[in-house]
Amino acid sequence: MDEISEIPNSVIVRRLTKTYGAMKALNGVSFRIAKGEVVGFLGPNGAGKSTTMRILAGLMPATSGSAHICGVSVANHPDLARRHIGYMPENNPLPEDLRVVEYLRFRAKIKDIPASELKARVDEVMETCQLHRKAAKKIIGNLSKGFRQRVGIADAILAKPEVIIMDEPTIGLDPHQILAIRELVRSLRGKMSVIISSHILPEIEQMCDRVMIINQGSIVASGSYAALRKEFIAWDKYDVSLKLAPEEFEKIVSGINKEAIVKKVLRDKGGYYNYVLRAPEGANLGPVLIGELSKDTAYGLREVSCEKPGLEDIFMAATKRSWEQIRETEGGAQHSDSDREVVE
Amino acid sequence: MRRFFTLCRYQIWQMAISPSTYIAAFLFLCFMGMIFLKSISDVSMYESSESPFGMFIWAFWIPVLFMVPLLTMRSLAEERRMGTLGALMTTSVTSAQVVMSKFVACYFFYVFIWLLTLFFPLITCWYVPSAKPLFDVWQMVTGYIFIFISGAMYIAIGIFASSLTRTTLVAGMLSFSMLFVVVVGAGIVAKFPILEQSGLSWVVDSAAYMQTFRHLEEFSGSMLDTRPFFFYFSTSAVLLAITALITESKNA
Repeated sequence: MDEISEIPNSVIVRRLTKTYGAMKALNGVSFRIAKGEVVGFLGPNGAGKSTTMRILAGLMPATSGSAHICGVSVANHPDLARRHIGYMPENNPLPEDLRVVEYLRFRAKIKDIPASELKARVDEVMETCQLHRKAAKKIIGNLSKGFRQRVGIADAILAKPEVIIMDEPTIGLDPHQILAIRELVRSLRGKMSVIISSHILPEIEQMCDRVMIINQGSIVASGSYAALRKEFIAWDKYDVSLKLAPEEFEKIVSGINKEAIVKKVLRDKGGYYNYVLRAPEGANLGPVLIGELSKDTAYGLREVSCEKPGLEDIFMAATKRSWEQIRETEGGAQHSDSDREVVE
Repeated sequence: MRRFFTLCRYQIWQMAISPSTYIAAFLFLCFMGMIFLKSISDVSMYESSESPFGMFIWAFWIPVLFMVPLLTMRSLAEERRMGTLGALMTTSVTSAQVVMSKFVACYFFYVFIWLLTLFFPLITCWYVPSAKPLFDVWQMVTGYIFIFISGAMYIAIGIFASSLTRTTLVAGMLSFSMLFVVVVGAGIVAKFPILEQSGLSWVVDSAAYMQTFRHLEEFSGSMLDTRPFFFYFSTSAVLLAITALITESKNA
């Protein structure tokens, strides 16, 4: 058997590539996921998220490279590797004409859950996913989107796999259901390795220990939220609203901190201007800005707020950087980071 | 094996709740009922060397052309369209197990629906006891054996057609066309005089070997020949193996 020694890692992916004709869907993707870690997998549409997940789930062979789940090679022993995986595909396909409990019992049987534990295990996952009340006896085709997602998650965790892969698990859910799924993922932390792909960035920010960003088939960023913030965004964002023309405002700002730049100006009603300011991380411009801009009442200062960049900013910066690198290698024009956007 | 039996039970249950199964059964029983009535009335009105069961079984291929597509068209095409086949393949289940379980389920219903036609002679003998000598039990046994062994190949053809497309309707049409070629085509090819004249007599021999109606003639004449058994079972096995490979590759 193709065993490898690094046991603490549940998932090890090395230089994974997948090509469709001339198109490279994955280009040397490598990463590791530790046991019990919850990892968010982000990327624009067509970046290669679902392809990576399908290869990990043993549904699709890679063109080259290797993927190991709990030390088992997915390419060499797909049946064995699948025993360690609970996979919830993107559109969560379910048979329309079965009842929830019937479907979960069927899945438990084909996942080799012993007959003596089957009923208890199905009841347990239904309770965990809040399907144990009325939904258990309902025909799947009549369920709402949220309940269908829960059935998909219940199926993924049913056999207590070491690795759970969920492709867009919160899509189409209402806030209550999103909270429930967030809690569910939290409860899995430390017990199972979870890979979640999502376009809802705040969800990933709140649920995951680590984030991987994929673009154009390559991992462009990987690390904890704090580490990625440090790597990609070394600035804080300030929103300032007052009655001061851009030229004068810029003069005051450069007097306070030479590295601070005005990124966006929005002209508001009543002669107000709303500015978006960028300053180096930790510059703590807030009190100084308030002090300087309150000296003259004619400035009409009405707001100064500091906003820490979120995962959305990191995502944008990481994907933008990868696009710029592609453009550079192709000899195209570079995009200036200091362009100011003016909105009237 | 436990996984395979679980899959079989699941597929049989899926077919049992599918409307197309009941439509197939209803149309089949209506048609075969009429054929049986016609064969009984022909025997009672005209002098004939043919037994009513022989005349009845001779028309087997007509309902097969619509019953088999109706039973098999959803099997793989629908599951691939819905994505549930992909979800099934994320477990340790193999494509061969999936294809075999679909075959077993469809074949189970095929046999079950044919067995319902046993009620036709039973009901006839119940109400008209004097009609009993018209039905030769051994001829009926060999006739049904032919139906069941040839049915294995027809169902395998239907499952194969269903694996080629995501659209149920296209799968049904493909299945119908393939069945038509297999049931009627071999007989037509075997009668092409040009083939024998141009030195292609082996084509004629092969077509003659595959002729469904020749097999039927032998079986309905109370004769059990092992060659058709080999032909139908080996063809079914090859078709199912190809279907498993297609299912595996299309899923990837």
